[in-house]
Amino acid sequence: MSILKDKLLLAWKGVIKENPTFVLVLGMCPTLGTTTSATNGFGMGIATMAVLIMSNMVISLIKNVIPDKVRIPSFIVVIASFVTIIEMLMQAYLPALYASLGVFIPLIVVNCIILGRAEAFASKNGVLDSALDGIGIGVGFTLSLTFIGAVREILGAGAIFGFNLGISSYMPLVLILAPGGFMVLGFAMVLFNKFLKRS
Amino acid sequence: MIVVLFVITFSSALFVGVVHSITEEPIREAALRAETQSIRNVLPEFDATQVEMIRVDEEEVKLTKATKDGKLVGCAVLSVSHSGFGGDVQMMVGYLPDGTIYNINVLSQKETPGLGTHMTDEDNVLLKSFQGHNAGVVNMTVRKDGGDVDALTAATISSRAYCDAVRKSYEAFKLSGVLDTLKSGSALSAGTTSELATE
Repeated sequence: MSILKDKLLLAWKGVIKENPTFVLVLGMCPTLGTTTSATNGFGMGIATMAVLIMSNMVISLIKNVIPDKVRIPSFIVVIASFVTIIEMLMQAYLPALYASLGVFIPLIVVNCIILGRAEAFASKNGVLDSALDGIGIGVGFTLSLTFIGAVREILGAGAIFGFNLGISSYMPLVLILAPGGFMVLGFAMVLFNKFLKRS
Repeated sequence: MIVVLFVITFSSALFVGVVHSITEEPIREAALRAETQSIRNVLPEFDATQVEMIRVDEEEVKLTKATKDGKLVGCAVLSVSHSGFGGDVQMMVGYLPDGTIYNINVLSQKETPGLGTHMTDEDNVLLKSFQGHNAGVVNMTVRKDGGDVDALTAATISSRAYCDAVRKSYEAFKLSGVLDTLKSGSALSAGTTSELATE
């Protein structure tokens, strides 16, 4: 029972205490680039999570055979392979999803969350723990991106998940554009850390 | 060390290659389905198609002649403009045999969210300036440049790219010879059914 609880806590850690966006401050490029709408943020989060779980598991499996000196190139090769495979599978079997997410997929290779977790967690822990870490961090990343995307979409375009709220003409467009990404991310980070410290 | 790195890269490449060979065919089919679907969106009902490649501005443009019961119902032209604000604007333009624009479907664009991206909306001002009008009569530049096209608010460059892509598609349509067939009167008269192949 306590083992199960430990495992759940391990995954939960990635959502709040080690939230990749607001606490670890990793993967800022895709965060700023893809959160122009809630749907885009959510899609990027899910795609990243899929790659993160798989790369974490594989790297934790082969961690003992990788020499220390070439571990970074090895990690990158594993990650890039998974990204390419996911891109091809999605293009072949889920073309509708690929049409909306396709441009973000290659970006995942250079997402430092994935390399960061491979280096900091998967290369030191077992397969199951690494998978759980991937799930936790992935969920945390997805929630953060969806939240930022939703705020920018509501305030900038007067819509949520593409559903028009009928207030679009009163909204400051700048929040959808690049400067708005920095502003929303900054304020969200402040609020998140304030509440995190209090609890 | 080198051996391990080689084994990792080799097996990754092998894995990616296997997935590629599996997904190659489905990806091609999906792309073809998407294209057929977009042709269906911009033309009246048809039952057979015939593809032609036409050179416009040093580029190959794909023109699809659609027929129903052997009679030409329209042409769909896949056209790209390179002068968009954020990159290429790709669209499918549907022409009726007399040069009237039946519908335009923007397939891909990287314009500014909330400004230029409105070109993909249904009933946007750009589409309204073209839809139902004969392309030979419309002056295909935005009003700012002395043309007949209403530009999107705060997205003049995107609107120009839109016009540019439509213009290219019309060049291709003119070069296809459909209009000439029409002028000689053979395709217009109700009695003739399959006079398409006269040229």
